[in-house]
Amino acid sequence: MGITFRKETFRDDFTFRNSPEHIRRFPFPFHEDSYMYAVNIEPHVVGPKGSVLENLIDVDEHYVAEMQDRAMVLAEDPLRCQSLPHMTLAGWDLLELLMEQQALGYPEHFTLTRDGDRWRWINRPLGIDDTFTFGDTSTLPYGPMEYITRQSQGDFCILDQRDGNLWMDAGMVTTQADWSLDFDIGMNFFEWHAPVPLAHEKGIFVRALKFLTNIQQGKPARRLNWTMTINPRLDTSPENYHKWGPDRTTVTPENVGDKVHLRVELQSFWRLPRSNGIVFPIRCYLIKMDELVTQPKWARRLHRVIRDLPEELANYKGLTRYRPTLVEWLSKLDDGSPTSAGFGPD
Amino acid sequence: MSTGTTKLDVVVSDVVPVNELVTRFHFRRRDGELLPTFSGGAHVVVEMRDGERTRLNPYSLMGSPLDTREYTISVRRDDVGRGGSLFMHNQVRPGLEMVVSYPVNLFSLDLRAKKHLMLAGGIGITPFMAQTAQLAGEGGNFELHYTCRTASLGTYADVLSERYGRRVRLYHDDREERIELDRLLSSQPLGTHLYVCGPAGMINWVRDRAAALGWPPETVHFEHFAAPQPGLPFDVTLAVSGKIIRVGEQQSLLEAIEAAGVDPPYLCRGGVCGQCETNVISCDGKFIHNDHWLSEEDHRSGRKIMPCVSRFEGKSLVLER
Ligand code: FES
Repeated sequence: MGITFRKETFRDDFTFRNSPEHIRRFPFPFHEDSYMYAVNIEPHVVGPKGSVLENLIDVDEHYVAEMQDRAMVLAEDPLRCQSLPHMTLAGWDLLELLMEQQALGYPEHFTLTRDGDRWRWINRPLGIDDTFTFGDTSTLPYGPMEYITRQSQGDFCILDQRDGNLWMDAGMVTTQADWSLDFDIGMNFFEWHAPVPLAHEKGIFVRALKFLTNIQQGKPARRLNWTMTINPRLDTSPENYHKWGPDRTTVTPENVGDKVHLRVELQSFWRLPRSNGIVFPIRCYLIKMDELVTQPKWARRLHRVIRDLPEELANYKGLTRYRPTLVEWLSKLDDGSPTSAGFGPD
Repeated sequence: MSTGTTKLDVVVSDVVPVNELVTRFHFRRRDGELLPTFSGGAHVVVEMRDGERTRLNPYSLMGSPLDTREYTISVRRDDVGRGGSLFMHNQVRPGLEMVVSYPVNLFSLDLRAKKHLMLAGGIGITPFMAQTAQLAGEGGNFELHYTCRTASLGTYADVLSERYGRRVRLYHDDREERIELDRLLSSQPLGTHLYVCGPAGMINWVRDRAAALGWPPETVHFEHFAAPQPGLPFDVTLAVSGKIIRVGEQQSLLEAIEAAGVDPPYLCRGGVCGQCETNVISCDGKFIHNDHWLSEEDHRSGRKIMPCVSRFEGKSLVLER
């Protein structure tokens, strides 16, 4: 049947919307009425039909528009995509992974044919039909990582593993929540996590690193993370803070439902076979409050989570300015009845 | 059965004697598909059904990572070992269906290196077979120094010399040839990474000299082929699963825990990866640690143990498992 790709924007006139089916498949991240920071890592295995986990690499109705937005970001700022010289092999690993997964999950949109090293890749939504030699960078219009991540939703960090640590040595990062590849490139796991409050004391990062360095081929893992964004902007990078930062002052009781978006990142972790690196796709899902509250359970629960969030976490996530307005608006949708267990809508 | 890796159903496609001690085994996938790609230095854990017992031994993949129609490993027969290598030599024949883990790499190349300097001793040559194949394919810069007891025990020395010519240097103990290590280490271009795989004595020698000559630790890579050491039997209480088990003389603690039906994680089964680390709840006796994972302080504290290689002598031991 295929996906109907939306024509929409993530900037200027902000025409981004979720269709009703997409609202129901939104990866709502709160399984109970409160939120605590934790290493909530689980195996990345295929989930229920109709959910964002139906395939290990998800492609949805926003695909084409997101790829157009990415091309615009890169045209303005090529440093959003970087790969240190020793990471080219990992780029080929990623190209193979994404082509395989996209072709497997969405055969009506993507086709991969291989004849030894000669590969043919057809991407119908973007009108691409390329034949190239696997492993030979000169046969592609970009490096392998850039080529395939210009055709895959979400950001991608490729990590080199050495000395018992992970190093952010390559990436395509255009839809991030306030961090910068250009700043983090070449840093190790502890260096790029340094700004997160509360977490260090708990030894969370030591355990997380140990888990990640032991990720095995054929056994990917995942976790959900969340924050909020004003207006459906994919690109909320520090480089563009002057564009999106002031948005936070524009939230009023009248426009909360349209302006405030829950932003959920589905992060997965995969061992790459040839380079022994780890790739860390960060897939961003956006939903505006008006859409989210069409599911009464989510409305009630989000009210309680945001209301009770510890001050330093709210600050870290940049919610401080508009939290009272948001909580007030959500409180009207919370009748106090209990919410059912689990993430899904009722 | 393991929580550490995914499994592959394979069939033994060939068994080839290489010399009086070493035999090579070839595996293909039972469904005829390609095996997963891997990187030079990776190993697989081979499951051996030996009567009542399941033995799990790690072996380096020695084929080219560019060709995954089959996996190949080489096994050196150890007549006084715990029996895994003898099982491979005596029981494994073409056509036998076996299970191996997905590849795991705990000895990977540092792809930033301007040059890869490799030192192998004896059967320690196997990971370098795959690494050199990987680097040769990419025009990588490497040099391999390989010591063995005699020319006839120089496993794959001929193959390597033929493939790579002067990039391979051979040393035979019976001809009193010895790597001139200090000179070698002092004459390398900046940006060289050093890799060593072989007997513990060789690894220690190379690491010590490299450190003394100022090589930064992150440029020195080594792979231990540490098999679990036999020892006196001992009893262990597993607090979480509520089992009391006996660890036999030739059995590792990890194997005994598995035999009791508990499924602890592992990757290397050689005391280097850290996966099997277990908390000690109480003990009355002394540990024989044998691992390369825990710090000296951890060893002294007696609060952690690596069940894949470590043993215990004493009255009682309670572990959190
Ligand atoms: S399994 Fe690797 S240290 Fe025990």
